[in-house]
Amino acid sequence: MSFISYLINGISLGSIYAIIALGYTMVYGIAKMLNFAHGDVIMIGCYVVFTTVTGLGLNPYLSILLSVIVCTVLGVVIEKIAYKPLRKAPPLAVLITAIGVSYFLQNFALLIFGADTKSFTSVIPMNNIKLAGDKLVISGVAMVTVCICIVIMLALMTFIKRTKAGQAMLAVSEDKDAAQLMGVNVNGTISLTFAIGSGLAAIAGVLLCSAYPTLTPYTGSMPGIKAFTAAVFGGIGSIPGAFIGGILLGIIEILGKAYISSQLSDAIVFAVLIIVLLVRPTGILGKAVHEKV
Amino acid sequence: MKSLKKLLSLSLVCVLAVSALVGCGGKKGGGNSDTYKIGGIGPTTGEAAIYGTAVSNAAKLAVDEINAAGGIDGKKIEFDFQDDQNDTEKAVNAYNTLKDWGMQILMGTVTTQPCVEVAGKTAADNMFQLTPSASSTDVIVNDNAFQVCFTDPNQGLVSADYIADNALAKKVAIIYDSSSVYSSGIEEQFVKEAAVKGLEIVANEAFTTDSKTDFSTQLQKAQDGGAELLFLPIYYTEASIILTQANTMGFKPVFFGVDGMDGILGVENFDTSLAEGVMLLTPFAADAEDEATQNFVKAYQDAYGEVPNQFAADAYDAIYIIKAAIEKTGVKPDLSAGEMGDALKSVMSELSIDGVTGKSMTWDEQGAVSKSPMAVVIENGAYKAMQ
Amino acid sequence: MKDKFNFLKNSSVKSMFVTYAIVIVAYLVMEALMFTGSVNYLLMDLLVPLCVYSIVAIGLCLCVGYLGELSLGHAGFMCIGAFTSATFSSLTKEFISNEIVAFLLAFVIGTIFAGLFGFLIGIPVLRLRGDYLAIVTLAFGEIIKNIINVLFIGKDSKGIHVAIVDPDALKMEADGKYIINGAKGISGTPHLSNFTIGVILILISLFIVYNLVHSRSGRAVMAIRDNRIAAESVGLNVTGYKLMAFSISAAIAGAGGVLYAHNLSTLTATPANFGYNMSIMILVFVVLGGMRSFRGSIIAAVLLTMLPEMLRGLSDYRMLIYSVVLIAMMLFNWSPKFKELRSKYAGVFKRNKKSKEAV
Repeated sequence: MSFISYLINGISLGSIYAIIALGYTMVYGIAKMLNFAHGDVIMIGCYVVFTTVTGLGLNPYLSILLSVIVCTVLGVVIEKIAYKPLRKAPPLAVLITAIGVSYFLQNFALLIFGADTKSFTSVIPMNNIKLAGDKLVISGVAMVTVCICIVIMLALMTFIKRTKAGQAMLAVSEDKDAAQLMGVNVNGTISLTFAIGSGLAAIAGVLLCSAYPTLTPYTGSMPGIKAFTAAVFGGIGSIPGAFIGGILLGIIEILGKAYISSQLSDAIVFAVLIIVLLVRPTGILGKAVHEKV
Repeated sequence: MKSLKKLLSLSLVCVLAVSALVGCGGKKGGGNSDTYKIGGIGPTTGEAAIYGTAVSNAAKLAVDEINAAGGIDGKKIEFDFQDDQNDTEKAVNAYNTLKDWGMQILMGTVTTQPCVEVAGKTAADNMFQLTPSASSTDVIVNDNAFQVCFTDPNQGLVSADYIADNALAKKVAIIYDSSSVYSSGIEEQFVKEAAVKGLEIVANEAFTTDSKTDFSTQLQKAQDGGAELLFLPIYYTEASIILTQANTMGFKPVFFGVDGMDGILGVENFDTSLAEGVMLLTPFAADAEDEATQNFVKAYQDAYGEVPNQFAADAYDAIYIIKAAIEKTGVKPDLSAGEMGDALKSVMSELSIDGVTGKSMTWDEQGAVSKSPMAVVIENGAYKAMQ
Repeated sequence: MKDKFNFLKNSSVKSMFVTYAIVIVAYLVMEALMFTGSVNYLLMDLLVPLCVYSIVAIGLCLCVGYLGELSLGHAGFMCIGAFTSATFSSLTKEFISNEIVAFLLAFVIGTIFAGLFGFLIGIPVLRLRGDYLAIVTLAFGEIIKNIINVLFIGKDSKGIHVAIVDPDALKMEADGKYIINGAKGISGTPHLSNFTIGVILILISLFIVYNLVHSRSGRAVMAIRDNRIAAESVGLNVTGYKLMAFSISAAIAGAGGVLYAHNLSTLTATPANFGYNMSIMILVFVVLGGMRSFRGSIIAAVLLTMLPEMLRGLSDYRMLIYSVVLIAMMLFNWSPKFKELRSKYAGVFKRNKKSKEAV
């Protein structure tokens, strides 16, 4: 019985990693850059929801919408100011700038919101389900997270396959110059990707903080790194890969803690990652999948 | 283009080098001032910022109060707090920055690992050091360093004794932070004492700084082991997640915390009903009835808009302890740091202080504080003293 | 006679001597300033850390700039160098009284272990490319940190005991003493590092990397970086050269770790000193230094380590300003708009120089 509940916990943790990883992987596919600031955009999104709900008493759904808007704008602004001027620079230069942006967002939040921990009230009204005589509890947040994660993944895949903008993204990710020659607005497409990725970050943030209700300026950084790992795990650039990578990472983390050692959980997660990458050097769904974005 | 790049970097080097050297000489050795210069070190940025900020805020509050009341024997206190990001090397930098400023007394550092390193530095300079919250015994190995908080082993010992003596539980589970000196120090001693006292430890689970979002596994193992009591020698930030997740799982043991648990009721927007029945051993309770605590809490809330935690309380006491020590010895602010250190450390064992973290606190030869922890239980969203 | 000095005309060789000269001059200037007592406490204790980060940056520069592989795990190698050497030093501090011998032995041990780990990790890892290599090195760094946090080593009359996770598994005698005590790390490491040793280590590292890149092997490494397939087709042992460069890079990072460990009396593996954040920070030094310039890496390491200390006056805004400076520097270095501006002003500057010469 406890195995099943470990598994459920793993899936619920993993689906949060997966949503964050989706944002990572989209941006990577288009801009070929690791957006280290992604985790911190999540944190900003959480603070927006927190302040508007507990401070201003806004309706939670409105505040989530507001947070998505703020994060989207933030993502686009970051792209315009910090990344766009470096499009022709070596990829490492952009990576470092992304780290600079990450530090900036953390310290900005530290100044504005303070260092003290805030307790995030779950904005998800779902009740927990109890099975097998209360022995097995499935939290409402976990169910909602998994569902939202699947919906977002499917929506993204459809968007890329069926819409013009999605096709443009695919084209830019394959070959930027050729896409430009074919009349694709490359800058616009990249901005759109950042907008979507950051919007997703806001949703991921709400789910993260609903499941694990503490909020500090550094809330986003560790899940961000873990999600980045998940994205690589699944094959960076691949949308279903990010989903699978995220879920697997969550399950491995929980099962490793449960059956091997909670003291060594980080080492276990990363060791599995290394083994997988050695067997499949481009991640689980690395090259086999053609929906590279 | 390249030459400009070079020129720029060179000029930057020069500017930095010069600015680093500005203000050298003269100041060495402290002295020659009309004010007592007290320095503080702790993390005000980075993941541990919450603790350093609390200490910095409370210390400034105490300094302002003392200065407003006319200072110490008519002399004012100057206070400067430097950030160490909870890193050993940066703590040394912070310490040296303060020395360059002319610090005579150190109130710090806040966290344990950096404090051990800085303690080596203060010993070499014979500077009087009083740490509000670095609780390892390694901090006070030298004769110039003193603590306001309990030592870690002491907390583990007292907790295990309390649980066994009051028959709170037979089967105990622990969740601790294996990457933290504070938490693993308490855990180590608790496990030893639990064996002596016949407590059965059914699950001893850890987490690390890098994986402190999800505790469902640790809780599940505690539950499967049939734990009646969950010992949490950790800080309240993680404890609040543990309480929430345990509630989701329907796991309801007795929760038992130590001083790091204090502050859980002050977490903004925290559902205090989750903390109902949580027991903790703490020297400080923000809603204690006595006048000193109430004045402190009110002043702190007015100034910073939040309820002070135990770090803040320790720092507040630390400044008043330093004041008392200065008054006892009658040292004047024109002494050097070393001379002041000699005078102050000799009187510490004679002091007995009533502060917000304890009545009639005294210090032993080692530099450890002797005060009695209060066992409190959270009832109706407030602390209630236990027998 | 003249022919003998011909090699000085080679611009990369000239640049090498300029780098040595800068390090030595900086050393002499600092020593002179310290001798006259005009250096403040902050800078005095900052000198060894500056050397530490310069050395690690040199190591990573070899890996990123010349081997062309992005490593996010160099803090892990630093960690291995630091912990192996500090363990050795605390085991032997009663037997070796000569400080220089003690440091030398610790240095050799730390460097060899870091190099060895670089080699072992390199065998599987160097098959991967680009960002996959980056994430795997990051993973190794985190694994090393995690394991050291639960590692217990003790010494008693019966010898040395090692245990993972559970300190009681050491089964030490009553006279036992912890060498590595889990998360509490190593305490009481003798303070053997100083500025002179640090500068000597910088010079040794520079000597090794410069000799490597100017050698046949170094050219092979760079050929592999520029075009792996072409290099393979002319018969270069790609894996061998990659492994060699990666191990050397790791060993140099380990040397930095040795210096770090012997500068502090307590050594713990925290996210701040040996986590991925530190690896990234070192990468920042290398990228800001121009990616393929050892001198640039050193200068960037020195500047960026000092910057947060210089900004202390800004108190709460310190780290915010630091991040802004970081972004601004990257934009300044790489953005086309700034490049234009720079070449414009550089033009003015050069013209001035010329007109002066004409006069």
